[in-house]
Amino acid sequence: MSETLSRRGVLGAGALVVAFSLGPRALAQEGGAAPKPVAPGLPGSLKTTPMLDAWIRVDADGITVFTGKAELGQGIKTALIQVAAEDLDVAPAAIRLVTADTGRTPNEGITAGSHSMQDSGAAILNAAANVRMLLAEAAAQKLGVAPDALATTGDGGFKAPDGRTVRYADLAAGLSLHVAARADAPHRPLGARRTLGHDLPRVDIPAKLTGGVAYVHDLRLPGMLHARVVRGPSVGTELKALDEAAALAMPGVVKLVRNGRFAAVVAEREWTAVQALQRLQQAGWRRPGPPLPAGDPLASLNGPSQDEVIQDVGAGAAAGVRTVQARYSRPWLMHGAIGPSCAVAHFQDGQLTVWTHTQGVFPLRGAIAQLVKLASDKVRCIHMEGAGCYGHNGADDVAGDAALAAMALPGRPIRLQWMREQEHGWEPLGCTQAAQIRASLDAAGHIASWRFEVWSHSHNGRPVTAGGLLAGLEVDPPFAPQIPRPIPMPEGGGDRNGVAIYAFPQARAVSHFIEKAPLRASALRSLGAHLNVFAIESFMDECAKAAGADPVAFRLAHLTDERAKAVIALCAEQFGWASRRLSDGRRGTGFAFARYKNLASYCAVALEVEVEHETGQVSVRRVVSAIDAGDVVNPDGLKNQIEGGIVQALSWSGLEAVTFDADHRTSFDWSAYPVARFRDVPGSVQVHVLNRPGTPFLGAGEAAQGPAGAALANAVADATGVRLRDLPLSPERVKAAIGI
Amino acid sequence: MIVLNVNGRDHSLDVPPETPLLYVLRNDLQLNGAKFGCGLGQCGACTVQVDGQAAYSCLLPVSAAAGRHVRTVEGLGTVEKPGVLQRAFETEQAAQCGYCIAGMIMRAQALLDANPRPSEAQIRAHMQPNLCRCGTHMRILRAIRRAAGLPPDGKMEAA
Repeated sequence: MSETLSRRGVLGAGALVVAFSLGPRALAQEGGAAPKPVAPGLPGSLKTTPMLDAWIRVDADGITVFTGKAELGQGIKTALIQVAAEDLDVAPAAIRLVTADTGRTPNEGITAGSHSMQDSGAAILNAAANVRMLLAEAAAQKLGVAPDALATTGDGGFKAPDGRTVRYADLAAGLSLHVAARADAPHRPLGARRTLGHDLPRVDIPAKLTGGVAYVHDLRLPGMLHARVVRGPSVGTELKALDEAAALAMPGVVKLVRNGRFAAVVAEREWTAVQALQRLQQAGWRRPGPPLPAGDPLASLNGPSQDEVIQDVGAGAAAGVRTVQARYSRPWLMHGAIGPSCAVAHFQDGQLTVWTHTQGVFPLRGAIAQLVKLASDKVRCIHMEGAGCYGHNGADDVAGDAALAAMALPGRPIRLQWMREQEHGWEPLGCTQAAQIRASLDAAGHIASWRFEVWSHSHNGRPVTAGGLLAGLEVDPPFAPQIPRPIPMPEGGGDRNGVAIYAFPQARAVSHFIEKAPLRASALRSLGAHLNVFAIESFMDECAKAAGADPVAFRLAHLTDERAKAVIALCAEQFGWASRRLSDGRRGTGFAFARYKNLASYCAVALEVEVEHETGQVSVRRVVSAIDAGDVVNPDGLKNQIEGGIVQALSWSGLEAVTFDADHRTSFDWSAYPVARFRDVPGSVQVHVLNRPGTPFLGAGEAAQGPAGAALANAVADATGVRLRDLPLSPERVKAAIGI
Repeated sequence: MIVLNVNGRDHSLDVPPETPLLYVLRNDLQLNGAKFGCGLGQCGACTVQVDGQAAYSCLLPVSAAAGRHVRTVEGLGTVEKPGVLQRAFETEQAAQCGYCIAGMIMRAQALLDANPRPSEAQIRAHMQPNLCRCGTHMRILRAIRRAAGLPPDGKMEAA
């Protein structure tokens, strides 16, 4: 942690409050940009889209379900099919699912923030119950029996007590689903569930294992051309004068699309486009703006901040007998999709169609319409999968790039993919953050008062205007850049999970939002929860140590939430915490817990590490996790998400940091930005699910990021006796800290 | 004209000889399995087998693959009739986004072709060149063990 931050920003120093700037605003909420609620009493996204036929259609061809959420590799398609199948009581294979498409599906904003089950899952479950209820009423009328005398057959029909049956498809013709959902449509009884709660294999996996068309990268349209966008090495740079003639002279190059500083080269063959890009990049590059603050990656957090008190409970500071205080930080982190971002765009007859792996087809449509100067009803954005994004990466930008190229070549579909160095150099990053915590312990070793502060840049640069796209800032005239805004609590951005879940007699938390950031910042899986949970859960261990208490027992003693306690107890039991191997200077164990956003899943992680003194290398030998995600739709899908989140967060927390010099990002590829490989991942990862059927779905996709990082830090501290508070816990830092 | 043998079939192709094999597989032969990940031989998303060995198709000029046997994930099986490794990945649900998976399968295939019962350390060392960003590593390892007839939760040896 920088001394500067400590002097200027921490502990009572007067904070600068800047006035709100005028200009296009970023989304107020990460999951926002959906239309305003019109039916606030309904579950999930039915609040904004209450009509049943927006979600479910039944006709002679079968059942089609629509969602505004997108498959990001998190398995949402499978889970939503299960939800619909359960309350319609049909086999999952009977459901056709249409995902995020501005031409066909409800607008559910962004697929982010572990919201999909809470928003779309709850909507579809309820819509399915409504549709089954309406079908039952129609069947009852047709068969001349009472609706509650009918039983579903499990394969798309009803059966009367006398054995007569009627199919949904036969009822559908006479039934309008263009009616608003009711909140009280009965769900199928928990004990009769056939699909929800079972391990249905993911519907998207078979194509991915066999070379099927699975990604927008695989889309091939008749007459399609290949394009590459022409940019400098990273955000803030630009190429010098392009040798346009040299590129156009290359056989197979069709066009160099230029508009202001935007340039894309289009060719018949993909490799030609790559070679033409390389030829154009020979122009060299420059950085027109001020230099980046190379050196201390935290220095930018000392900038002017907008400050908000996010927690203030209990009057006055309780008298403690001992004060504990510490500061924690993380560097800039990269999403690092394995597949560079890609889009296909086609402009024909005044209509622009964009196939994209964006997380938000509707907001992107607005931004692209502005960029290409079309009315938004002349632009259609259709989601197709990309490589896993883990937040706002290059997906939206590349769609803007492809759209501009397509507008210049009407009638020809354009496939534009970024190069690896472009993804590393231009994707929005997860920003650096710092947190400081001070607590006083009473004579009994309980926390009597708690003060938390966090400093963060924006976690939300998602495009809502053309100025939120890279191309929008390059065209002539350029669009105004979006002004970043903090995401309000309770979800929060940099302050996500900044309010500790523990019950303290007195607690105060302050969030400092620093608008001006040296690097491009936006949403990275779990936003501020990664750093805040790392800080809080590291600090709980530091307090437990000061109190002479066991870390798990210390947490339990400060919790009132019974579900939190149950998850901690399950994790500790499955790990064998009580009988764990005691630290011997090399081996150690760590524990951490959080409820994501204090309103989604509960997740605890325990792990065992071995530290090699000679190198500082930390090997994670085994990990045990417990998760309560409410009513679990697909237990194995949930485990897959938590396992992946743990392994990814161990990579972030143990290895990763974006580097930059005065001119540009120097993390330009996988050699310059190493991430976990097979030799780095744990010996084993176990996930135990605490299922609570019939309770609301709790988002889980991002729940493990904070606890996994904190458990690693706690295990390293246990193993070595040295507390490391700045991420990543790299071998160099570990070696330096243990001083061998 | 270059004659390229892919998954047991010869293809006569009129393509610039320096074109990386990856682009020929994807665009000329319309095989989706091998993916562009980095173009630098750093991530393995493009991995295919060339004469049985795992190779980065993003780096290998198509002319250098001519006259050799190229195998892609499409050559192992289909959705209806998956190969042993494909079935093991399906059973273990060893994918999240799945962008890396075809490359993972092909690198693992090269290992199992040469060493049908590898140790855990051998599996991890062999798979080291291929990156997964979703953190699906534990399932990928289980799938490889399963395909090799090893206990799926094989204990990691002290390494």
